Amino acid sequence: MKHFNRSVPKQEKPLDETEPPKLAQRLLEWYCRTAILEDLQGDLYEYFERNLKSKGPTYAKFIYWIDVLKFFRLYTVREPSFTNLYIYIIMISSYLKTFRRGLVRNKLFSFINIFGLAVSISVGLLVVAFVLDLRSYDDSQLKKDRIYRVISEHTSSNQTKMELASTSVKAGKRIKETISGIEDITIMRQGFYGDAQVGENYLPLNATWADESFFKVFSFPLLKGDPASALKEPFSLVLTEKSAKKLFGDVEALGKIVKFDTVSYVVTGIAKDVSKLSHIRFDALVSFSSVEATSKNDEYFYDWGSIWSNYVYLTLPPNTESDKLQANLSRLSVQENKALTDNVKIMLNLQPLKDIAIGQNLSNSIGPHVSPVVLWILGGLALVIILSACFNYMNLSIARSLRRAREVGIRKIIGAPFGHIFGQFMTESIFTALLSLIFSFFLFLFLRQQFLDLDPHLSDLVSLNLSFKLIAYFILLAIGVGIVAGFFPALFFSRINALQVVKDNAKFKVFRHINIRKALIVVQYSLSLIFIATTLIGFRQYKGMLSFDLGFKTDNILNIRMQGQSADLLIKELVEIPAVQATSKSLMITSLGSMHGNQLKYINPKDGSKDSAMIWMNMVDKNYLPLHQHKFAAGSNFNANPKAGEESEAIVNEQTLKRFNIAKQNPQKALGEQVIVDNKKLTIVGVLKDFHYGTLEHKIEPVIFRYSDDPKASNVNVLIKSTDIPATMASIENAWRKIDKVHPIDAKFYNDQLEKTYAQFSVMVKGIGFISFLAICIASLGLFGMVVFTAEVRLKEIGIRKVLGATESGLIFLLSKGFLLLLGVAALVALPATYLFFDQIILPKLVYHLPMAFYEFVVPVLAVMLLASLLIGSQALKAARTNPVKNLKIE
Amino acid sequence: MKGTNLGEFEELVLLCIAALVSDAYSVAICDELSKHTGRTVKLGIVHAVLSRLEEKGLVNSRLGEATSTRGGKRKRFYEVTHAGKAALLKAKEAREALWRIIPGFNLEGSI
Repeated sequence: MKHFNRSVPKQEKPLDETEPPKLAQRLLEWYCRTAILEDLQGDLYEYFERNLKSKGPTYAKFIYWIDVLKFFRLYTVREPSFTNLYIYIIMISSYLKTFRRGLVRNKLFSFINIFGLAVSISVGLLVVAFVLDLRSYDDSQLKKDRIYRVISEHTSSNQTKMELASTSVKAGKRIKETISGIEDITIMRQGFYGDAQVGENYLPLNATWADESFFKVFSFPLLKGDPASALKEPFSLVLTEKSAKKLFGDVEALGKIVKFDTVSYVVTGIAKDVSKLSHIRFDALVSFSSVEATSKNDEYFYDWGSIWSNYVYLTLPPNTESDKLQANLSRLSVQENKALTDNVKIMLNLQPLKDIAIGQNLSNSIGPHVSPVVLWILGGLALVIILSACFNYMNLSIARSLRRAREVGIRKIIGAPFGHIFGQFMTESIFTALLSLIFSFFLFLFLRQQFLDLDPHLSDLVSLNLSFKLIAYFILLAIGVGIVAGFFPALFFSRINALQVVKDNAKFKVFRHINIRKALIVVQYSLSLIFIATTLIGFRQYKGMLSFDLGFKTDNILNIRMQGQSADLLIKELVEIPAVQATSKSLMITSLGSMHGNQLKYINPKDGSKDSAMIWMNMVDKNYLPLHQHKFAAGSNFNANPKAGEESEAIVNEQTLKRFNIAKQNPQKALGEQVIVDNKKLTIVGVLKDFHYGTLEHKIEPVIFRYSDDPKASNVNVLIKSTDIPATMASIENAWRKIDKVHPIDAKFYNDQLEKTYAQFSVMVKGIGFISFLAICIASLGLFGMVVFTAEVRLKEIGIRKVLGATESGLIFLLSKGFLLLLGVAALVALPATYLFFDQIILPKLVYHLPMAFYEFVVPVLAVMLLASLLIGSQALKAARTNPVKNLKIE
Repeated sequence: MKGTNLGEFEELVLLCIAALVSDAYSVAICDELSKHTGRTVKLGIVHAVLSRLEEKGLVNSRLGEATSTRGGKRKRFYEVTHAGKAALLKAKEAREALWRIIPGFNLEGSI
């Protein structure tokens, strides 16, 4: 009979200083067995009163707490009741039956719950799969817990700190020679590429140089060849299965010769293809001794400061801490830094293998890499969507409590304790979530493909393949969602006063938690509005970037990467094509994010003061500037036509004048001034209006154009005027094939290249757009459910109103005004929040952005209002149109 | 059952219950013990001993009437059972028997 204890109204005592702490009392009640509870409570109370008199309330309360904790003994603690659990397990079938009946009886509510949860869980599944894939990077390495990468921190007086994944060859050598306590250490170097020649076949091949310890540190299995010696001798080559097949077909490759230009390499090993989830990927490895043999006389190769393309990995013996090694590395760095000039400091650090795929952002990093912030954001978005669906579940469950209250009442009277009712409703929500998981699993399979197709980088990064571990996580996620969704409804139902609901259902307050429910709706709609507005703003900014006036024209310009071929030869072929209007040559393509730096010195002719700084540079021929329609502030294009190495002229932008204060920043007067670049005195012949050399995320910085008519220029820019682009492209390809028979042409339109540069923004906009679509769907479903429910509950009221002469429109207004008010509140919360977020945090990071437009805020509100009005209106109309007699005749 | 042998503290508590007659409840026992032995007796220890004595069948307990003191909680009163009395007597006899066989015991000599 103890369940009825709960229905006895508790004596309300005024909260004052003379009461023992409530929480401690509850704790005592919870753990103490009933036989001794009352006596113990009384005793403690007596002591409390004594202490209160002698020492004051604070001390008395403190002692009360201590005593409650001290009485937690074997003889006071309640025996855990297993019978309850046993009964619960027996009851599960009954709960499931009730659940199933409820599911079928309330088809609409079941649909809303399951559909909403399924959609949101599928997003969760995607994030879980993504994170799990990233976390299992490099798991195939046997020594994964002991492998560290040596990374460099580069600081100099006039530049910001740079964190590099790469380090110098010297660092690797010095560590090997001077530091003990390392099991193995290997040096790798990137940048080997050439055309592999086997017989008469040519195949372009990228490879990585690696020394003989490579296979000791990493566990990339060799199918053929000896891992200990495969990379020892100079000019040894280890191919992967795939590249061996490409080069040799089905012929045995081991021991064969592969020629690169004039140098012959011997195939000493065949490695298994590298799996996708590895941050080191290679098609071929070349022994590090080969690069050492060819750069014997290159001082810079062994320089401490040559930290740009070498990677050092090491393993520590089992069960050793990296602290000591780190200290040794710091000591070594300090020692070696003494030889560096210009205040440059290079500090070596250790990075555990497991922190490479998910970890800090390093320059020169190899392999894919995602920073934890991105994962947190993804997880956060998924969480928001899942919570939104959980809100629906809570809302609808509690709203429907009127129907189920009697069931709960009877269960309680028959003998179900608090825990069982709680368990019943938790079971229901968990089963709803598991049911949703089935649907969301299929949704996931569909979404996965969409997600991977979103950006080529993504499909390169992860495969999102199913595994048992992943499925286990999916089920855990669904159970977690069920618990979150069901907790509050379960608590609500298990607290129902049994006698009251059974005796008089009318007294049961359906609208008791109405404010919480309203708040939940406001939260859902605020989130939806924020997402929609974000999508709109993001999309416009992205479009703005693509159509941004860079300061020069990019339309109809085709950039052809020369891949080592002669630009002049190609141009000679190209000018034959009628659609080609003009051609030019350049070292690099601006505005795509890649940069070339040069040190520029300027000696002020008036006071002789010297200034030198890093400046961005491009080498172009004299057709380049007119072809791209760069605008001159003063002066004109290059005049002289010097031979290679005899350049004398330079064209700079306005920022350069500003930075070096050349001729008081007056473009006209700056003409004729001299600057020193690469130890060459160059005369400024033109000043360009500022344009974007870097991407739009960066401010415009000083830029210099230098003249170069080098026939080996890296890029050829072609201005095309054609109505038949495919035909023109075909003839350009023909021209290319005449000069290079091995490599396929690499030609891209400038505008496409720009689009690719900002592809990450496009991915973001698409992602957030998708999330906002889901958010608004789920919020609408929830709202719909609430409207249906309200209309049902107020059916009689509507009937009476109608009988008394209310008009249809009046009734619709009556039913909708509350909800529309909620949407209004949501808009008032969401829009200023979005505005501030973008105005203060996001847009300042994009230096050249469009201002936010009014419509970006009005459209979401209108769209959401329209959708909600349709949902509410349709139900309100239905309720208002029913025959009042029908509703009033029931009972 | 550990038998009817009494520990020193158990014996003291039993004696206290007997001495307090109809007013023997935990806090009172605690106070009485402190008064007579001169050492501070913790409630927790008294509770533990009381539950042990009850387990051994040496004391009985019943809940008293509710009063407005003690936050409205009833007191649990203890009384010594027959077995308890027997155990007390047995302990007393054992001591006296020992005392009796000590030859010429006086305080001066022991120091």
